[in-house]
Amino acid sequence: MSSVVDKVWATLEPLTDPEIPVVTLRELGILRDVRETPTGLEVVITPTYSGCPAMGQIEDDVRASLEQAGIEARVITQLAPAWTTDWMSDEAKEKLRAYGIAPPHRTCGSGAGAGEVSVLKFVRRQPTEPVACPQCGSTHTVVTSEFGSTACKALYKCLDCQEPFDYFKPY
Amino acid sequence: MSTPIDYLLHLADNAVVLGQRNAEWCGHGPILEEDMALANVSLDLIGQARLLYQRAAELMGGDATEDKLAYFRGPHEFRNYTLLELPHHGALVGYAAADRDYATTIVRNFLYSALMVHVWDGLQQSADPALAAIAAKSLKETSYHLHHSRDWLVRMGDGTEESHARAQAAVNHLMPYTEEFWTTSPAEGAAVAAKVAIDVWALRPAWDALVNDALAEATLTRPNFHGYITEGKIGLHSEHLSYLLGEMQGLARAHPGATW
Repeated sequence: MSSVVDKVWATLEPLTDPEIPVVTLRELGILRDVRETPTGLEVVITPTYSGCPAMGQIEDDVRASLEQAGIEARVITQLAPAWTTDWMSDEAKEKLRAYGIAPPHRTCGSGAGAGEVSVLKFVRRQPTEPVACPQCGSTHTVVTSEFGSTACKALYKCLDCQEPFDYFKPY
Repeated sequence: MSTPIDYLLHLADNAVVLGQRNAEWCGHGPILEEDMALANVSLDLIGQARLLYQRAAELMGGDATEDKLAYFRGPHEFRNYTLLELPHHGALVGYAAADRDYATTIVRNFLYSALMVHVWDGLQQSADPALAAIAAKSLKETSYHLHHSRDWLVRMGDGTEESHARAQAAVNHLMPYTEEFWTTSPAEGAAVAAKVAIDVWALRPAWDALVNDALAEATLTRPNFHGYITEGKIGLHSEHLSYLLGEMQGLARAHPGATW
């Protein structure tokens, strides 16, 4: 890896998600690649959800950081392969938990119910693993709403410590 | 391979029109959690519409932009299913309005999501790589929309006498509009021929199974269909689309190029 590519990764390393400031864009899997092309440097980012309102802010943050470091690079938004929470490192998941957000379980393939052959393959079954409360660790929890404070989170409640919490949806 | 632009607009218009309709609940949801859920669903739909309009604008070239496609086309140029532009209540005379009915909202979201999970799934193999990428993203989002609307459909149908009656009325009102899914428009025909789209007719058994399974669990009955098949996807709309677009497009048209 060339030193200029390393420098770009290092420059962008401190950037965090505007909504979840404990994890970096790299850890979330939003910052996909930095590459040298014949026409200059490219920084590749990918959106989490199509309509995620934070994407505009994220792109601005990336541009501003590059500019501040005196690096000339194009910022490219790439859709495929589609972002998945499986790209999140264990370290990032632990940071989410410590922040009070239950981290996502692993998905099994692309899309809900992938691999099932039934005509009802898109009717999602209950998650196989229970969601643990990020406060007390209890798995005695219930979903309150499929959609939480942002598109990427669902709302849960712990039946032991009674705390409501966000669950980062496996996606 | 050329991607029929009208087909991309059909997909984009579906998403933007339902996104705009569902956004009417923002600040008026029956409970706070549902207010947030509907706003989230709308964000996904508007996000999908943006990606599709961007792709269409790219193929059109010239001075086409996503904003021009969303804000500066008239009702007769929109290619969405008529189902998606209807207000959140049962049929009334002309453009008369009533209070929003959450059962109507949920049943419509269910019927549309149940179709779109299959459409997006198939489009992942589209000959247009940009559309295939959009489909892969949209499938994940739509799976959540389906789960959400199906959950509420069952809760309402198999709920109280009042919720059951309203859910059944919404099913009776909206189900006939789904017949439009199964007719092939010229844009869809061209897209299938170019291997950009999948033949929607082939998805019908899977959609029927999904819908019948949910209705049975919700203790609701599926009405028999007879009568007129709507043609929103070839630009022939109900009286409701103009009002929806009037609200959605008004700001952009009054202040072209405005930023804030």
